[in-house]
Amino acid sequence: MTRPVQRNRQRPPGILLTLGLVGVLFFALPFVGLLRRVPWSNLVDVVSSEVVVDALVLSLVSSTMAALVCVVLGVPLAWLLARIDFPGRNVVRALVTLPMVLPPVVGGAALLFAFGRRGTFGGPIFDATTFVLPFSFWGVVVANVFVAMPFLIVTVEGALRGLDQRYEDAAASLGVSPLGVFWRVTLPMIGPSLGAGLVLAWARSLGEFGATVTFAGNLQGRTQTLPLAVFVELQRDRDSAVAISLLMVVVSLIVLVALRDRWWRR
Amino acid sequence: MSGLIADIGVRIDDFALDVAVSVDVGETVALLGPNGAGKSTTVRSLTGAIALERGRIELAGRELDAPTTPTFVPPHERRIGVAFQDALLFPHLDVAGNVAFGLERRRRGEADMWLERVGLAGFGSRRVSELSGGEARRVAIARALASDPHLLILDEPFAGLDAGARVELRRLLASQLPDLELPILFITHDAAEARTLADHLVVLESGKVTQRGAPSDVQRRPTSRYIADLLGTNLLTGSADAGVVRLDTEDIRDVEGGALELTIADRTVAGPVRLTFAPHAVSLHGSQPGGSPRNVWQARVGDLHDLVGLVRVHLDAPVPIVVDVTPGAIADLAIQPGSTVWVAVKATAFDVVSGS
Repeated sequence: MTRPVQRNRQRPPGILLTLGLVGVLFFALPFVGLLRRVPWSNLVDVVSSEVVVDALVLSLVSSTMAALVCVVLGVPLAWLLARIDFPGRNVVRALVTLPMVLPPVVGGAALLFAFGRRGTFGGPIFDATTFVLPFSFWGVVVANVFVAMPFLIVTVEGALRGLDQRYEDAAASLGVSPLGVFWRVTLPMIGPSLGAGLVLAWARSLGEFGATVTFAGNLQGRTQTLPLAVFVELQRDRDSAVAISLLMVVVSLIVLVALRDRWWRR
Repeated sequence: MSGLIADIGVRIDDFALDVAVSVDVGETVALLGPNGAGKSTTVRSLTGAIALERGRIELAGRELDAPTTPTFVPPHERRIGVAFQDALLFPHLDVAGNVAFGLERRRRGEADMWLERVGLAGFGSRRVSELSGGEARRVAIARALASDPHLLILDEPFAGLDAGARVELRRLLASQLPDLELPILFITHDAAEARTLADHLVVLESGKVTQRGAPSDVQRRPTSRYIADLLGTNLLTGSADAGVVRLDTEDIRDVEGGALELTIADRTVAGPVRLTFAPHAVSLHGSQPGGSPRNVWQARVGDLHDLVGLVRVHLDAPVPIVVDVTPGAIADLAIQPGSTVWVAVKATAFDVVSGS
């Protein structure tokens, strides 16, 4: 097959070109503003301060764990939504995607009322085990999962619906059990979408603010993640806030670039 | 080990499927029918994608589906290997990985052996996306066979292949199928393929079996115009009396414009009859042929269709029949769509069967 001749390519319509460029600027300008305020001279000192290092470690660990929990719970849930025609399926789908549109702070409050020390479920759990979920590291993970899992579910369910189920029928005809088919055919075939869902969930967790601060609080070294640290530092030490912001931009860019070849292309 | 004994009754929305088919070990049965006849539904019922509403499926002495007992063996325990129409090779595995998919411990050595049998030795580590259509079909057949099935279903194995790949695959199947000690069900809409590969034909139309038998019998005595068309032969129905058949359609006109009666060799048969005659038993003429007492009428040419070395002429009026003639005759008689020719059929050319 020969390539079409280059001069046949049409110029994009001016209005689309203009608006598209405005869109690019909309994303680029805030970063220009951020970069202009970076305290380059003492950047290393600020970034290596105890507050920032604590927040960075906490953010990376909690968002990674949250993303893994999202996969473990979200993939089976997406499979049920895509493949099993049960009564109330649409209600369940609306429920599990609600956090995508709900203000995160409302989600955090709901979590608190349910799993707080005096909450509907948290109370009995505390009485039985003295375990308190909110204002702990696990509280951060739970808040992250709550807001991030819908992204994974939506992505994976879409991929499962798009998968030609005859591949699964073919696998079954070769004597492989339904669970084996899921592992050996369904999961590998939706791999790119699963990866994309995982990255989305991880990114959403990394940037999570409202639900975390409401449900897990803002305790340095225990529940203060990078976004919370940025917010605190903005009121205290602007240089520090800018440095942490730059750190988040760098971490996010590294992940996006590292995964680009694996999942965005093809 | 015994073969497949299936009596399938299912209903999907407005479509009712009612088909009985049995395949012995070492036998190839073709399920032949047009799109929408119920071939796919038959396959899905056999593999367990659809549960029977009525009937029974037994394979190798084991009951697979019987609503009355009520047995239902899930698809992965049925041991029915299917070479699917679109091959459906798993894109995330290489060729050997596909063939070994149903093998215990997924032994690649065994996969290589099966690849060799389908003429694809050395293809094991290729990517599925690198295969041609014909190669993909052969891998699908190897994959189905490697899982050690009790029944092999070939689902439209030639559909969508180019002529060369088609010939190659047909040759492979013709040489390999008899050696497999398996019942083989061959699903197709192509009568020529069914005839070459199958020991037995089952013709399916609108969810019902309309004819079954050895390919030569079905070919010689099709029971419906559809089957005759499918097999590329001619069928006319009428009523016989003392060697003369008045056609049911009554719209064959003789030269004077009266209803044409066809003369047959057998003078004893009476009542409703089916007349079958081969496309090559008909001759075409530019003017009214004289001489011996033959069946002669004037016909309009509908369409021409190239065969290898011959041209199939579809005559659409007064009755639709097909005639095979040489390209030279086409030129001599100036045959083209819409032109008029004289048709002559000898009385002895008709195969006459009583019954409607």
